[in-house]
Amino acid sequence: MEKYQQGKISEEKTRVIVVPGEVIASGESYLPGDNTKREDKDIIANKFGLAEKEGRLVKVIPLAEKYMPRKGNVVIGKIIDVTFSGWIVDINSCYSAFLSVKECAKFLNKNNLIEYLDFGDMIIAEVLEVRHRAVDLTLKARGLGKIENGIIIKINSSKVPRVIGRGGSMVNMIKHESECRITVGQNGIAWIKGEKLENELLAKEAIMLIATKPFVEGLTEKIKKFLESKK
Amino acid sequence: MTYKRSDGREADETRKIRAEVGVVPRADGSALFAFGDTIAIAAVYGPKPLHPQHLQNPEKGLLRCYYDMMSFSVGERKRPGPSRRSSEISFVTTNALMPALQLGNFPGTVVDVCISILQANAGTRCAGINAASMALAHAGISMSDLVTAVSVGQIDGQIAVDLTKEEEDYESGGEKTTDIPISFLPLSGKISLLQLDGGIKAEKLKEAIEIAQKTCSKIYEEQKKALKNIISRKEEKIKE
Amino acid sequence: MEIADLTKKRIIEYLDEKKRFDKRKLLEYRNIKIRFGISKQAEGSASVRIGKTEVVAGVKLDIAEPYTDSPDKGSMMVTTELLPLASEKFEAGPPRINAIELSRIVDRGIRESGFIDFKKLCIKKGEKIWMVFIDIYPLNDDGNLIDTSFLAAVSALRDAFFPKMDEKKEKVEYGKLTEKKLPLKEMPFMLTIHKIGKSIILDPITEEEESSEARVSFAISPEKKEAIINAIQKGGEKELTKKEVFEIIDVAIGEWKRIYPTIVEKITEAEKRPEEKIIQSG
Repeated sequence: MEKYQQGKISEEKTRVIVVPGEVIASGESYLPGDNTKREDKDIIANKFGLAEKEGRLVKVIPLAEKYMPRKGNVVIGKIIDVTFSGWIVDINSCYSAFLSVKECAKFLNKNNLIEYLDFGDMIIAEVLEVRHRAVDLTLKARGLGKIENGIIIKINSSKVPRVIGRGGSMVNMIKHESECRITVGQNGIAWIKGEKLENELLAKEAIMLIATKPFVEGLTEKIKKFLESKK
Repeated sequence: MTYKRSDGREADETRKIRAEVGVVPRADGSALFAFGDTIAIAAVYGPKPLHPQHLQNPEKGLLRCYYDMMSFSVGERKRPGPSRRSSEISFVTTNALMPALQLGNFPGTVVDVCISILQANAGTRCAGINAASMALAHAGISMSDLVTAVSVGQIDGQIAVDLTKEEEDYESGGEKTTDIPISFLPLSGKISLLQLDGGIKAEKLKEAIEIAQKTCSKIYEEQKKALKNIISRKEEKIKE
Repeated sequence: MEIADLTKKRIIEYLDEKKRFDKRKLLEYRNIKIRFGISKQAEGSASVRIGKTEVVAGVKLDIAEPYTDSPDKGSMMVTTELLPLASEKFEAGPPRINAIELSRIVDRGIRESGFIDFKKLCIKKGEKIWMVFIDIYPLNDDGNLIDTSFLAAVSALRDAFFPKMDEKKEKVEYGKLTEKKLPLKEMPFMLTIHKIGKSIILDPITEEEESSEARVSFAISPEKKEAIINAIQKGGEKELTKKEVFEIIDVAIGEWKRIYPTIVEKITEAEKRPEEKIIQSG
């Protein structure tokens, strides 16, 4: 993979590994995308990762990063505290999250908060709002709520797009081959539920493989082959 | 008469550099950096929520560096636990790394950097800064540049880089070595760490700083290589 | 984020079927890798990896006055620093109880097994003896720091040479080693058995350790081909029935007999090739 290591993006070279501060591309025709900034004629990387050119847009896909919550994201979190008005949720981000009683699908008495969601429970939630230093969650939508059974795994949030694949192609393929229900939170926490524990572990292995080798081409095919070989 | 370095190095030559990324799998980012016998390991955890809340900075994230030497890393055993020296080095290390970080993107959070010296033969704070800056990049923190450090010095009237303990302690004709740990943000050329012990004239000091900068650009190449190598290595290990 | 209760449940269910997340058997250790000589200023040092968990230990020797109740014996001090390097759970500051407990467990295992022949560490009875400092630093915590730390400490002792001593000043000349190794006897090995749900396992990974209800660490050494238990420490908040304890003791002895020859082999191999390089990334 020597070809990725040096140099700048150009018409021929569409992918380059960059460290923070490096010039990814020069010229006014390029536009600064995610994790880059423009300095005069240059597009500079703000993070360590793979710089990619998509048309005129140049962005950096970081090797790893902490999840930054965005409104509308589906995330999986763990209840770490119960207050009189809701729950504090760990969403494996730089910020903690809050789920208000008002954002629960069920009508709840303020006295039985713990009965609904207790310390250590896992939930699939949606990011309702990102305030200055905290995040508000909601359970009011289909597919959201407390998680029962199955296993939880953790991957770096920067790998989530690869695990999901274009239009869900990758994750749907894994669901099909492993016969499991899978929800991948944008925050890098995934929930896998299968009939048998073996199925859950197979899905987990496939996801972990993708998460540790993100920049490989033809990944979907390779993962499919892997899953078939294990069945 | 010029001082001859006992390991045969040129005046502007560092000891053999070893740089590796990912040595602490549990951390968000980690790296090892060695100047010859001096080996530093750094691990980064964060950005993460900072508790208690009153410590939070509403404008930007907080950087906390913790530097210490393992007790067996030096000749005479160092008692475990922080000392005034390690507290001071933690502090100047924080200031050395801060300018490269774009913590405005993470207000109210904290990034913890732990630097541990496995083996010491002078230049430990510089090795620590070099390891820490790779670890921060590895962790995916937004940065404007890496940070590169080296200790430059004046031995017997001559400027030399990456001093060993023996060179730091060298004395000739009542003149002690001057030791100058310095760090640069390599792309902007700005200085973020500057300390000095000894006795040196202004002109010589400026000369030392120039030489240090040239050396740091070579160190920067090693840091970049170490970071880029982990992506290549991950790609190569494709399971068929 | 710490392990979810839901995953804890799954781990227990899986163990009930005698299975583990990483496909190991219940009483199987992960891959053990030992390297000697990883820190050259130490009189002895070693790095031990069990799976992804890694601990380095260093031995420093110094001349000191003996304790009044043992005027002809050397002494030992074991310290562990759980730095915020190896885990986000470790905080900077004075040692917390987990660091202290770990140090003391390692200390008792080494001391009670007679591994170090303290009588041979006497320089001048009543006046000068050798003090052995063992300092333990976990580099990466992926479960089972106890067994990994103990093995690192024992390996560092096996790696150690006496430093040169200035006879006249009766002071150590650090940086210069003699060819004389420490006076060591039969090597102890530590196994920690965990109870999770109804199952007992060896060598938990992080998720299993977080699901563990109780653990019992055993330091065992050979004496005339017998397995002798030198030290025990029960940890964890849950209690154990007598039947469980008896079962755990049997498992400890049985597994020790199985693993011990392999450990001796690995240490002997490591001793032949002191490392020039150090840590490889994960």
